[in-house]
Amino acid sequence: MTKENVLKYITKGMRYDGRKMTDYRPVTVTYGVSHAAEGSARVKIGETEVIAGVKLAMETPYPDTPAQGNLMVNAELTPLSSPQFESGPPSVQGVELARVIDRAIRESKAIDLTKLCIKEGEKVWSVAVDIVTVNDAGNLMDAGALAAIAALKNAVYPTLKDDGSVDYNKKTDKKVPLQQTPIEVTVIKIGDQLIVDPLPEEEEALDSRLTIAFNDKDMLCAMQKGGETPLSVEEISAMVDLAMEKSKELRKKL
Amino acid sequence: MSNEVLHVKERDIVVPGEVIAEGMGFLPSRGLYREGAKIHAGRLGMIAIEGKVIKLIPLSGVYLPKLNDKIVGRVIDVLMTGWRIETRSPYSAVLGLKDATAEFVPRSADLTQYYAIGDYVLCKIIAVTSQKLIDVTMKGPGLRKIKAGRLVEVNPHKVPRIIGKEGSMVLMLKNATGCNISVGQNGWIWVEGPAPEDELKAVQAIKKVEEEAHLPGLTERMKAYLEELTGKPVEIPTVTPGASAEEHEPPEQREEHREHGQHPRHGGRRFPPRR
Amino acid sequence: MAAKAVKQEYPKRQDGRDWEEMRPIEGKVGIIPRADGSAMFRIGHTVAYAAVYGPRDLFPKFMQNPETGILRCRYNMMPFSGHGERVRPGGGRRSQEISMLMNKALLPVLDLKESPNTVVDVFIELPETDAGTRCAAITAASMALADAGLAMKDMVASLSMGHYNGKIMADIDGYEDCDVGISDIPVAYIPSLDKFSLLQLDGEVPKEDLIKLLNLAKKKAMEIYKVQQQALKAKFFAEDHQHKKVKQ
Repeated sequence: MTKENVLKYITKGMRYDGRKMTDYRPVTVTYGVSHAAEGSARVKIGETEVIAGVKLAMETPYPDTPAQGNLMVNAELTPLSSPQFESGPPSVQGVELARVIDRAIRESKAIDLTKLCIKEGEKVWSVAVDIVTVNDAGNLMDAGALAAIAALKNAVYPTLKDDGSVDYNKKTDKKVPLQQTPIEVTVIKIGDQLIVDPLPEEEEALDSRLTIAFNDKDMLCAMQKGGETPLSVEEISAMVDLAMEKSKELRKKL
Repeated sequence: MSNEVLHVKERDIVVPGEVIAEGMGFLPSRGLYREGAKIHAGRLGMIAIEGKVIKLIPLSGVYLPKLNDKIVGRVIDVLMTGWRIETRSPYSAVLGLKDATAEFVPRSADLTQYYAIGDYVLCKIIAVTSQKLIDVTMKGPGLRKIKAGRLVEVNPHKVPRIIGKEGSMVLMLKNATGCNISVGQNGWIWVEGPAPEDELKAVQAIKKVEEEAHLPGLTERMKAYLEELTGKPVEIPTVTPGASAEEHEPPEQREEHREHGQHPRHGGRRFPPRR
Repeated sequence: MAAKAVKQEYPKRQDGRDWEEMRPIEGKVGIIPRADGSAMFRIGHTVAYAAVYGPRDLFPKFMQNPETGILRCRYNMMPFSGHGERVRPGGGRRSQEISMLMNKALLPVLDLKESPNTVVDVFIELPETDAGTRCAAITAASMALADAGLAMKDMVASLSMGHYNGKIMADIDGYEDCDVGISDIPVAYIPSLDKFSLLQLDGEVPKEDLIKLLNLAKKKAMEIYKVQQQALKAKFFAEDHQHKKVKQ
């Protein structure tokens, strides 16, 4: 019945917490929240809180990309952050979140993986981004994506010793080269209305959602549709327009 | 006795283990425990003092179902002879056929005609066993299936403050916002208003009471808040004469308290044993 | 600041601390609104978040105890939290042991008999680690359990003591933890009982030194205990209560 009530609000142009239809809750980004990580950031959207961290490691490259470093994005929907998440292997929701954010970072070439190569065929840097939820008040996807890119923006190389091993205790001040900052916005369709930054009640009431990532040049670099209701071309176009407008606002928070 | 010391005063927030008082003359109430001459707090809460009796009013914690509580429940299963109701506690309740409605329910009936999974109901707890098996009824004044509106979640220990003395606080909220507000002792509150804007105002006001439940002068502050929120003058409902001047109502006094217009019940109320 | 005692010969404490000095500590309660109770505890560069859910329904049913609720702690370090390489998610044996030790350290103050067949879940996540993690976890969990309104006789304050060459140290940091010469002794203390509910020892310590160390540990634990109490009370007196603007 909450779904019907949410729909009632939405058709009257109101959000469940009184916000304007296409407003985000207050967004804050804090850098360097975990001193041992090579890069880290905390993002709060309203009461939703997510922390992301970056760790670098020296590895051998994959055989089919001998001159490229490796990139991995992992997400944990922790039982700490919501009674709906359980301990154990990642749920499909967590896997989806990680993979969508991974694609945005990878496809936008946020990091030029060739710059991570130390010795072709033998030694490359691998970058691991871990997104961990702290409090779930809706819209973990956008918060996670913003935290991931903020953590990468914050990331520096650890020291590479002469014998080839990594000294994690001495960080350099050489930043991991970020050449794009992809921003993801999830647009929700409820009834005929489009909203962004859903509350948990609104997430449960959605008909469909579209997550879109934009690079600095407003090119779409990743998309993912969710929800059970199909979308028409006009609807998709409208959602992309809204997302693009919102991505500019979010990018300013970095 | 010269050995008696009270370390706290009315409305102090105390934490587990904190020494509240010393001396055999004091009577620790529920949530406080005695070790030798010292009385300690046994959970997080607020102090209320009545002569030699020291009480602890809990401000947090999950809902534990009690006999005679009116709660907002949610139907989670349809059984052979009734329905299973979520109570927002670790224990679910059963609504039996005989307690479901004033009409006669034939055994072969499709029970979902009456209550379907996902329906919210205002019901009353009529039995709690030691193993926390719970029975509820839908027969009684004010008990009904919820048809519209939105659910607000508050901490169950704030409910007495949201209801107020003799229902005065919730009545003030209802009058000011024009909404129907059904408060469950389990901290689930159903708000139904003529328009979403009104519902939102009621939600905001309820949340404010929840946050400031432990602070004095709340009634006056809520009056001012509601006036600013609605742009209309607000009256503090008058309380039946003879009621105490104290603003806050500890949960132990909940049995004397009823929503506006109902009669208190006599007898039959069982509390969990005092420690 | 009081005059520092003449420092013994090298190695002194690497960050300039006195032997009996803890790193800066900080506690905050109610940081995870979704949970029934929550808290953060920081000691130096070690930070623990704790969230409590419960008492709540327990599955699988065979784990239910008809006489009392049970406590279930889960300790986890975020993958990027520590010095050195990334820690793969999933915990492992160390996390399992610490989770069990946390349970034993906290259970003595809890009374779960009023909620049979239920579980109280305590989840710990550490975004930053620099030794003393299980102690920070217990300290944070203790505040979170109180925040969740559970029946608790007292709180539990925990820290990691150290011993080197006859010298007793309070609060071992990461650098000292890696030094094989320093013995590591994590403890958890319950003030109202004047007893310890966690005690481990790694290293070489003569018995007299252990007793001296435990007595110092009590004093230091009381400093942590005060911060725990203040953090719980501070939640109710946030200044902006009186000045919240009306949202239009």
